[in-house]
This record gives sequence, C-alpha cells and structure tokens, in this order.
Amino acid sequence: MDIKREDLLRLFYYLKLTRRLEDRVTSLYHQGKILGGAWTSNGTEAVSVGYGYALEKNDIAAPYFRDMGVFLIRGITAKRIMAQYLGKKTGVTGGKEGNVHVGDLQYGVFGFPSHLADNYPVGAGAALAFKIRGEKRVVAACTGDGGTSRGDFHEGMNLAAVRKLPIVFICNNNQYAYSTPLKLQMAINNVAERALAYGMPSKIVNGNNVMEVYTAAKEAYETARNGGGPTFIECKTMRMHGHSEHDSAKYVPRELLEEWKKKDPILHMETYLMENQIAKKEELDGIDLQVQKEIEEAEAFAEESPYPEPEEVLKGLYATPIEE
Amino acid sequence: MKEITYLEAIKEALNEEMARDASVFILGEDVGVYGGAFRATEGLSNKYGEWRILDTPLSESGFTGAAIGAALVGMRPIVEMQFADFISCAFDQLVNVAAKNHYRWGAATPIVVRAPYGGNIHGGAFHSQCIEGFFFNVPGLKIVAPSTAYDAKGLLKAAIRDNDPVIYCEHKYLYRRIKDTVPEEDYVVPIGKARIALEGKDVSIITYGAMVHTALEAAQVLKENRVSCEIIDLRTILPLDKKAIFNTVKKTNKVVVLHEQTKTGSIGAEVSALINEYCFDYLDAPIIRVAAPDTPVPYSAQMEEAFIPQVKDVVSAVEKLMHY
Ligand SMILES: Cc1ncc(C[n+]2csc(CCOP(=O)(O)OP(=O)(O)O)c2C)c(N)n1
Repeated sequence: MDIKREDLLRLFYYLKLTRRLEDRVTSLYHQGKILGGAWTSNGTEAVSVGYGYALEKNDIAAPYFRDMGVFLIRGITAKRIMAQYLGKKTGVTGGKEGNVHVGDLQYGVFGFPSHLADNYPVGAGAALAFKIRGEKRVVAACTGDGGTSRGDFHEGMNLAAVRKLPIVFICNNNQYAYSTPLKLQMAINNVAERALAYGMPSKIVNGNNVMEVYTAAKEAYETARNGGGPTFIECKTMRMHGHSEHDSAKYVPRELLEEWKKKDPILHMETYLMENQIAKKEELDGIDLQVQKEIEEAEAFAEESPYPEPEEVLKGLYATPIEE
Repeated sequence: MKEITYLEAIKEALNEEMARDASVFILGEDVGVYGGAFRATEGLSNKYGEWRILDTPLSESGFTGAAIGAALVGMRPIVEMQFADFISCAFDQLVNVAAKNHYRWGAATPIVVRAPYGGNIHGGAFHSQCIEGFFFNVPGLKIVAPSTAYDAKGLLKAAIRDNDPVIYCEHKYLYRRIKDTVPEEDYVVPIGKARIALEGKDVSIITYGAMVHTALEAAQVLKENRVSCEIIDLRTILPLDKKAIFNTVKKTNKVVVLHEQTKTGSIGAEVSALINEYCFDYLDAPIIRVAAPDTPVPYSAQMEEAFIPQVKDVVSAVEKLMHY
C-alpha cells in the first residue's frame, strides 16, 4: 500500500506529539504534579498512531491505556489531556477520571475501563450495532499482551468471529505485563496464535514501524467494512519505560532495552522519511518544533484551568436521574 | 383491560418495545428460534429476525459487554440471562463498565439485563439465587423487581426507555402463577417509585418480588386477628424510594422488612438503616427482618421451604411487634 506523503508526515507528527506529550507527563509526574499515576506508551507509539490514523471519521476506537496516539488523532486535544492529568475541570472527564482513563463519544472514542480487555466485547457490541443497522463503520479494539489472557478477550474475539462483526482487534505486544514477561503469560510464541482458535485471520506486524501498523490496520478495516469479518493484529514492540512511571523496571534485562532502543519507532520513521527523500531534516525539525509548542500551550492551559467544584462529586451518576 | 400472566406481561413488553423502536434488540443464550429457557422471547425471532433476537455463544461477560458497546452507539439492547445466577460471569462488565460509563466519561449506557431470579422452584444453589444484593452496592446501576403482571410490563418498558443500565429482576416463581389485569394501551411504571400493595394502619411490611404475595397472604391471616398490615412493594430496589418507606413508617410506627435474599448486608439491612437514620423518632418498636438465612439455596423441598420466608414467619414477626 502506498501511503501519501501528506499522511506520512501526519503519522510522523502524531508519533512526535504522543512521545513529547507523554515525556512531559513523565517529567511532571517526577515533579509531583500529576495527581495519580502516569502510564506512557513510550517505545510503542507506532501501535496507537498506526491503527488510530487508519480509522475513518465515523469509526469507533475502543482503546486501552497505552493508546495516547488514538486519543490525539481522534481529536481529543493535548490541552484536554494535560488538564485531565492534573485533575482539572477542563480535562476530558472534568476531573471525574484521571490520566488515560478517558473516552469521548463525540470523537468516536470509547472510555477505557481499567479492567484489561473489557473493551474487546464492548467494541464487538458497537460492531454488532453497525452490522444490525447495515452501516459501513468499523471498530478497532486494543489491549496489551497481558490482557489477552483474560476471559473477556476470548469472549469478545469469539462473538465477533461467530457473527463476522466489523471489528479489528489490536494487541500491543510490548513483551511485558507489568513485571510479567510473555513466557509466563502464555505458552505460545505469538499472541496471534490465539486467533486461530476462533477461526479468525491474524497478522503479525512490526509494532515499531508505524507504516506497517497503519497498512495492516487499514487493510483489515476494509475487509471488515466490506463484510469480511474481524482480523486480529499483533504488533510486536517493546515497553521502554516501567509499567508506570513509579516503576524502574529492573526486571527487564538491560540488553533487551538496548536492542530495542535501536528500533525506536520515531527514529525509524525519521530515517525512512529522510533516506527515501520524502522529507528533509529541516522539515521534520519544523514539525517537532510545532509539537513542542503545542505541548507547552497544553501545559499552560492545564495549569491555568480551574479545579472542579467539590459538589461535582454528586453529579452525573445517571443519564436519567431519579428525583428523591 | 385484559388479564395476563407475569410471563406474558414480560413477553408483551418485549414485543411492543421492539415494534415501537428499531434500536431495541435482544441478545442472550437460546433466545432466538428456541424462544428462551422460560419462553419469554417465543415467536419474536420469526417476527424480528435473527439479528434482533440474537443467539449468542455461552458467554455472559461477552454478550453483556457487547450490549454495552451497542448501547454506546445508539442501540437499546436487552440482555437475557438464562438464569440470574449466571449474571456473576458478567459482573465486571456491569459493575465496572456499564455502571460507571456515565459518571466517568458522560456516556449513557441504556441496557436492560433481564435476570430470572429467585427460588421456590427446586433449582438448587445455581438456579435459585436472588442476585439483587450483588449489585445493590454499585452506584450507577438501577435495579427493579416487579411483583405483578402490571408492574412486570410497565417496569420493563420503563427500563428499556431509560438511559441507564437497569437490572430487571423477574421472579421465576411468579412467571405462570401470577395473573392480573393490564391496560390495552401503552403504559410505563416509573423507575424509583414504590407502591402500596395493601393499605393498613398497624404494621408496615416492606418487601418486593415474590415476597409481596407472601406478605399479602400473611396480611389476610392477620386481618382475622384484627391486625391491619400495610404492605409496601418497593418495585425499584436501586435507588430505593425513601419517601414511600418513610411515609409508611410515620403512619404505622412498626416495621417488618421481608425478603427472599439472604439476610446479611441485604436490601432489608439498608431499609432498616435508613429508617433508623431518618425516622427513629417514629418507631414504636425495633424493626424486624424476615429474610432467608445466610446459606446457599438448598435443593430438597423441606430445606428450601425452611430457607424461603413463609407466611407463618411473617405472621409471627408482625405478632411480635403487636405485642411489643
Ligand atoms: C483485569 C485487570 N487486572 C489487573 C490490572 C492491573 N494492571 C494494569 S496494567 C497491567 C499489566 C498489563 O499488561 P499488558 O496487557 O501486557 O499491557 P501493557 O501494560 O504491557 O501495555 C496490570 C496487571 C488491570 N488493569 N486489569
């Protein structure tokens, strides 16, 4: 699949935006400015950017917590995300939720429930609705390698396969689930082998190559959109930070990190764009400058934003409130 | 007006709501051609087709999650649990996803989960449980439990039209044993409103579900002893109709709380605590709870009878209060 220059540069922009936003969150975390935890997708940004960018406007993303690229691409701004991290009223959820536990239906993004893989069946349900209504929309649902051990992963995959639902299941296989390495998570070498049991086609891609992720997702979406049913895409990558920023990840062998550092998804994209004379260094630096400015503005916006009123705690429980 | 059974009332509500609104659909095990374990969806598959009466894999968490996802994109799914007992497999989706969506990120989740619950049918520990207590401590859910055909129909319609997740507890014992009149025309019974099942002045019996009928029988016996009972049928368990509870306490000053659910940490415990907190000065005697003992539901007829509160248990509780 040929990716247009304009799209390649957008992919690069979103990789940078995701990285720089989360890097800034990491700094703020260490300064004690983040209210709760800080989980980043560092090293694995190409997964969320690739599958997120391949979606059409009316499609739905049912993400997990290392999917910052998806949030940004769908239209949830860096400003709202920063404010979310600081527990501000202007955050995506107005302070009701923290960090990456966001969702916004206006942008076709389902909220991320912490319980990993919950969004597999939930995503399948949206795909079911599209199928019932005969709409040509698709869903992308994502989880980590650890999440694929949960029942909801299997229940969601099975239901989607049986009913040939228009959904693509993505797995960010970053080798670790918190401290648990893949070999203690499953007795198979590739997560994608799980799809076999459901009669579902699968694909393994280099999760550090955003173009590969984008292309595989795009193709799978088109199959799903045209009635061909679900696909499972395993993106092989490496979590380069701790599970969360409090975690030094001493349990990950240094050599493994060194090896993956050379395969950094942003470095990879930058090299590709320059070697193939798609963009010059100056142009890419320009994009990076723009990203840095955006992050600075987002942080300032978040800092200046008001906190929610304590009374908000009692609001919004029900969509149809019941009078006492 | 016409006379129909409790089960027919459920069937009629399903059929009429599906005819009224194309976004309403049913999913669960064996609900399609077979018509459901209790025949609640019999004939609907012919009328609405296999995509609106959707047979799912044996996968409670999967299809409950799918209902949530479909609801997020504009459908009004009705999940049928084959027996309420199996709702435990979907606990996570209901408690962490459905219940919290609106509060966390502002997304309405209009799903109904039909839960055929309760004992007295010799179903043993896994086909007889009262499950309302599992969910009573979950803000964001609504729980209803009709005791008459009229309420079964009206509450199911209200639940389907409501924008929040509603657990609809339908008592299996009542399916074919209860008959009463319902109007020919469309009506709903509002969620959140209890009803006075019997007016009286000496003692209040606060109850719901099949126990309403046990209370009515007990009141008949007590009437012969010149004791006048007021029976409050809660109808909605979450949130409780506090006003109705306080009004009856203020009227009779003596309260029996009656339910088939096991005693510890029960609905009755909460009703009792509410009265203590807000109506203590109106009490002439301690509140008595008549409830199932804290054991699984036993199988043998003799033991099950000992487990489920009987008319004589209610009569003696009321008499105890009268002699206080
Ligand atoms: C059901 C469930 N159990 C435990 C947790 C706590 N937890 C959060 S992330 C995580 C590890 C997730 O690993 P994986 O699915 O591989 O995703 P990754 O963090 O590697 O991206 C754990 C155990 C959780 N969120 N959900």
